[in-house]
Amino acid sequence: MNNTIKQELRDIVGQNYFKDDEESLVTHSYDGTPMLQSLPDGVIYPKDTAEVSAIMKILNRNHVPLVSRGSGTNLCGGTVPVQGGVVMVMHRMNAILEVDLQNLTATVQPGMITKQFIEHVEGMGLFYPPDPSSMSISTIGGNIAECSGGLRGLKYGTTKDYVLGLECVLASGEIVRTGGKLMKDVAGYDLTKLLIGSEGTLAIITEATLKLIPMPKHKKTMLAMFTDLYSAARTVSHIIENRIIPATLEFMDNPTIKVVDDYAKLGLPLDMAAILLIEQDGEPEMVERDIQRISEICREEQAAQISIANNQEEALKLLTARRSAFTALARLRPTTILEDATVPRSKIAEMVLEINRIALKYNVQICTFGHAGDGNLHPTATTDARDKEEIHRVEEAFAEIFEAAIALGGTITGEHGVGLVKAPFLEWKVGAAGIELMKGIKLAFDPMHLLNPGKIFAKETRRRVVLNRG
Amino acid sequence: MANSSSSTSEALRQTLQLKLDYDQLTNCMRCGFCLPACPTFKETGIEAESPRGRIALMKAAVDGLMEPDVRFEEQMSHCLGCRACEPACPADVKYGQLIEQARDAIEDHTTQHRVWVKGVRKLVFKQLFPHQGRMKMLGKGLRFYQRSGLQSVVRKTGAVKLFSKQLSSLERILPKASGKGVVDQLGTRIPAKGKKIATVGMFRGCLMDTLFMETNYKTVGLLTEAGFEVVIPDQQNCCGALHAHSGETTQAKELAKNNIRAFQEAGVDYIISNAGGCGAILVEYDHLLHDEPEWQEQSLWFAKRVKDISAILVEKGNPLLFNNSNDKSEPVRITYQDSCHLKNVMKAGAAPRKLLSSLPNVDFVEMQDAGSCCGSAGIYNVTQPEMANQILDHKMQHVNATRPHYIVTSNPGCLLQMKLGIDKHADNNQMQAIHIVDFLYERMKGLN
Repeated sequence: MNNTIKQELRDIVGQNYFKDDEESLVTHSYDGTPMLQSLPDGVIYPKDTAEVSAIMKILNRNHVPLVSRGSGTNLCGGTVPVQGGVVMVMHRMNAILEVDLQNLTATVQPGMITKQFIEHVEGMGLFYPPDPSSMSISTIGGNIAECSGGLRGLKYGTTKDYVLGLECVLASGEIVRTGGKLMKDVAGYDLTKLLIGSEGTLAIITEATLKLIPMPKHKKTMLAMFTDLYSAARTVSHIIENRIIPATLEFMDNPTIKVVDDYAKLGLPLDMAAILLIEQDGEPEMVERDIQRISEICREEQAAQISIANNQEEALKLLTARRSAFTALARLRPTTILEDATVPRSKIAEMVLEINRIALKYNVQICTFGHAGDGNLHPTATTDARDKEEIHRVEEAFAEIFEAAIALGGTITGEHGVGLVKAPFLEWKVGAAGIELMKGIKLAFDPMHLLNPGKIFAKETRRRVVLNRG
Repeated sequence: MANSSSSTSEALRQTLQLKLDYDQLTNCMRCGFCLPACPTFKETGIEAESPRGRIALMKAAVDGLMEPDVRFEEQMSHCLGCRACEPACPADVKYGQLIEQARDAIEDHTTQHRVWVKGVRKLVFKQLFPHQGRMKMLGKGLRFYQRSGLQSVVRKTGAVKLFSKQLSSLERILPKASGKGVVDQLGTRIPAKGKKIATVGMFRGCLMDTLFMETNYKTVGLLTEAGFEVVIPDQQNCCGALHAHSGETTQAKELAKNNIRAFQEAGVDYIISNAGGCGAILVEYDHLLHDEPEWQEQSLWFAKRVKDISAILVEKGNPLLFNNSNDKSEPVRITYQDSCHLKNVMKAGAAPRKLLSSLPNVDFVEMQDAGSCCGSAGIYNVTQPEMANQILDHKMQHVNATRPHYIVTSNPGCLLQMKLGIDKHADNNQMQAIHIVDFLYERMKGLN
């Protein structure tokens, strides 16, 4: 990128908001994904949509790639600038433009921090459910780009279920508005949904209109432990079959229980095959009734131990084990690789057994926890990026895990996105025709491949692993 | 010296390679959970001003991905060292150690300090703080300055403007200094009132014993009333925190060894600090001396005994100390500003709150972001005035929202910074900043 282009960019945003010193380049060369780093040629901080549009026109004219990002916490390499170019940080565009109490919507800029937004609307008695675990620093724009999930996906859905309209800037610099404060809108293709989860490859999101719902009045927490993995999994299915949709239905497998107990010294029984953490929210009578029924189901399924929290303090205690899972795993070894293979929730037990079998086969440590209620598991490998041979085995293991998930009717990624990391596996899930269709969409939006190039589509699809189910 | 810039940075890279703990650099998984905890990131929104960014810079310098140039050095000195990122880190990266190692390496090479910063550093680190006698002399001098009328002459004639802007604001809020330390006033061994619970050694600190001698005096008062025999070994010296945080590791180690000797000779059950900034380095003497095996046992002995005054009162002190139903003291509203190092390093942030909220006739109102640094951070508010003031401005907005009579703190640096904040920003001219010991002591007297 030559100095003329840099000067043009500085003319738009001002001296302080375009940077190309080494410190800025290095600190925008990575995201939350292990083992990936690539330097951009510049970093730009626009203050409004007009600046984004003007920047894009210059980059388009000069064929310079652009990666838009929030806080760079994603786990798929989605914001690593693998082909250089400009990284656009949306942090300055962080305002809540409006909370509309008549329509129960909020309109925000993309750099708004998720948790701050959630706290803001909760202060008004309203609820925005998507709660990715990075929400204390992740941005709404980043959540939309990756279609982030979280712990409340089972009952409340994920980011895609709360975005009603978007404003975005195309690669050409044109500004497009989709959807609106509308619960019904079938005017043409649903561009809003298409942009959600598009990982910054189709357009730059500059504004979002979000759906809000009333805050549930009451919440209750319980924990159940099982000596048999299948009875834990059956419990999950039976709860749903009984027409109960819990707000949270989280799962930890035996290797995770051991690691968590070693870290947090909770005195967990180490011979348990699985722990389920269950929460229900809503009207107090309904919550009480559901929790009673759920504990009956747990008993019918031979749960070894059931605890129900009587107050907030006890609830926090029950939540500790699940909340400590990521921290406990992250401290085990220098490198933590967290994936998000997802299966139909009726297949949870089979998937966990597959993961454990594969970990043994490749002699790697993989602990699994996650959102059992929506089938979204987090098989997490603890390893060391400096040990190339071990990393190779971890990669082989994950390839086989993705294959296993697909074989069970699942997907390679439930909420983290494809990015760089899962691009070689995308075809396994969507097929060759699916890839071609997606490439066609990409071309329609971004004919010169300027927006987040190198993501989603791999140069080469990985050779499929042949599953040995012996 | 044509090629001096790049040869300096190459030399710095080699020192960084030597001094930085590469395992810790690798342990950072770049999840970004530290970003919302970091005051400089919150102020700027710039990744390089965050712990994740600074670790990436250190690693890039070590890996040869970038030159550790002047901007690199500046970025390392922008960090407040509050260590709020550590409790937020899932992977338990020892950021505090990394930033000290980086600064230690930079200190070996730097030619970059502005002239007056260099002067301040030399005065503070080499000539003043290591020498308790000189600190006392400074106290005497300051006392003379404040009481002789010289202070009012300096202020009236405008001579105060000869100081930098930041120093002249600090000059205004300095408390009445003392030329006599706590040992001069009380001796080295003060018996417990009533049944003795334990013998504690008091770490008197250098700033505390000159600018805040009254607080040291009252610390002894609280401890003895709570049932502790207090020993104040006179051989102790500066804790070395300012040295360690600024890259003067060798000197910090010498100071630590001398303190360990002094308290071991005194044979105490606990070592009590009333300054979070001192307490945090005292509790990490074992880490500071980790590469000196012959000091391992002694430094561990020392580190295990260190407790903050609030923590020992809560955990071991006579529970009846503040518990009086006939209390007639004046009702007041207070808020509490955390000492970062008390909270993030000594992990004792709950103890002051427990004490303050147990006091009769005291309405304790928690302010927003009480746990976020006030911008004092050792000598940061002198060396990085711009950022320190920006942080303080935001802090005072949160303070003012609670409309307190008192802002209570647990560390002299924070106390001075809050005084500065009141001087500049208080909505309410009744507001006072006070050390928790002074506040508790007054309240205890109110009970008796």
